[in-house]
Amino acid sequence: MDTNYTLTKNNKTIPMIMMAIGVVAIVMGFMTDTTRAWAVLLHNNFYFTAIALAGTFFVAVQYVAQAGWAVGIKRVPEAMGGFLKYGAIGMILIFAFGHEHLYFWTHNEYYDPNNPAYDHILVGKHGFLNIPFFSVRMVLYFLIWIGFTMLLRKESLQEDVDGSLDHFRKSVKLGAIFLILFAVTSSTSAWDFLMSIDSHWFSTLFGWYTFIGLFVSGLATMCMFILYLKLKGYMEHVREDHLHDVGKFMFAFSVFWTYLWFSQFMLIWYANLPEEVVYFKVRWEHYRTLWIGNFMINFIAPFLVLMTRDAKRQIRILWVGGVIIFIGHWFDVFVMVMPGTVGKDWHLGFIEFGTMIGYLGLFIWSTLHELAKAPLVAKNHPMLEETLHHHI
Amino acid sequence: MAKRIYGIFDDEEILMAAIPALKAKGVVCKDVQSPFPIHGVDKLIGVPRTRISICSFLYGMTGTTLALWMTWYMMVHDWHINIGGKPNFMFYMNLPAFIPVTFESTVFCAAHGMVITFLLRSKILPGVTAPIPHLRVTDDKFVLHVDVKDESKLNEIVGQIKSSGASDVLLKSQQAV
Repeated sequence: MDTNYTLTKNNKTIPMIMMAIGVVAIVMGFMTDTTRAWAVLLHNNFYFTAIALAGTFFVAVQYVAQAGWAVGIKRVPEAMGGFLKYGAIGMILIFAFGHEHLYFWTHNEYYDPNNPAYDHILVGKHGFLNIPFFSVRMVLYFLIWIGFTMLLRKESLQEDVDGSLDHFRKSVKLGAIFLILFAVTSSTSAWDFLMSIDSHWFSTLFGWYTFIGLFVSGLATMCMFILYLKLKGYMEHVREDHLHDVGKFMFAFSVFWTYLWFSQFMLIWYANLPEEVVYFKVRWEHYRTLWIGNFMINFIAPFLVLMTRDAKRQIRILWVGGVIIFIGHWFDVFVMVMPGTVGKDWHLGFIEFGTMIGYLGLFIWSTLHELAKAPLVAKNHPMLEETLHHHI
Repeated sequence: MAKRIYGIFDDEEILMAAIPALKAKGVVCKDVQSPFPIHGVDKLIGVPRTRISICSFLYGMTGTTLALWMTWYMMVHDWHINIGGKPNFMFYMNLPAFIPVTFESTVFCAAHGMVITFLLRSKILPGVTAPIPHLRVTDDKFVLHVDVKDESKLNEIVGQIKSSGASDVLLKSQQAV
């Protein structure tokens, strides 16, 4: 049972090919249109960092809730968190070299009173949105996220070796501290990385909205990794009861994502204040198909596919649900990033999909390598027996 | 119609062991009542899947339909109300404003419908005496419901239940002690 995952030959080559496609797409992007290339990079970098972050968040929540059912699958979200360091490097590089293309609040002319472009809204936000403070915050987020990912992982691996109960107690504490920090940093990072693209606009729901999209796409990815491992003959202890729970998570948070999406939209639509409506106006005018389609594939499709009990207990339907949610939320982040950066000149071509394939390759490569480093079951976890006898 | 008899057990471990043994002898075990949930007992006696989720879906759809009809009738059809200049001539134009009502109504109908259905189906409406075969089933006794199809075999089945570990067998529901 406590076997390690062994990387197959395809596991080593296919992600490399995908990353090569990604590199070609990024280079092509910079040759065609620099702003578009940076926007695509930000979009994919944020999306996959968010998925990795959802892995750590999931582990922390299971520890704090002292949930037993997820012990058998917890090595998968743990391994997903390993991508965060690549996301950190990517985000820092993107901000360092692409900020002029992505975040117009970084332009100096808006803060010069003698310049006709002087912008009193941006001047008002300057205390928060300025390059030094942004950089400090960005580094701090990644230090917190990567630090807690590594600490939780270290405790879990050490538990395998000596079997002491202290590791579990310490993980509960670490998880609780992480959740508090994450509650703040998930919101503020969403403001920084995504909401500040539309620097004039603000929404108090934005942090939650981004967080919940992050969590549900992370759950879908986790589900697909578990199904992949089962397909390869690993994780026999994960039965349909566990998959049912994962499916319930995906279903529930798809609905919750819709709730927040609609809350944000409806209040702005109803109040009809010009400075708020501008966000949806550009989406309605230039991104209508994607914007409405995003709602449909992220709400209606998972809602109908994953609604019944039987559906959540079938591997095939879980694959369908996972792929729908994964692609749907990729488009969701697309609609968050693109209108403020490339505006109406958006494309969905090789550059977008190629970069996505590249990042996906890196993510798969990173996660599978992390999985191969440790046994797939935390064999000394105090709640392991509970997960083996989990019946619902 | 089959006659329902009740095997009284003192311990859930004995009960869990008795059910497969009795089933092997052809005794029809229909239900179990216990003071606390016994893990896995529903699979053991083969209780059919609950249909309350289907009811819930239907009640929810009823709630959705009701709310959409109500908002359409009140706000669009019967009397246009201009609130904040929102378009109110066509239903779909003002639909986002009606979604919260629809959501609440869906939840309301689904939740109340499920509770009422459950109460009706379990025959435990307020004011109705609960059909408990043995009063101590709410305290420390475990009751196994057994159906006897052939009355001539009654004594044999009672003997089988007793020999499987039951402390007592009731032929009739004991409402008052």
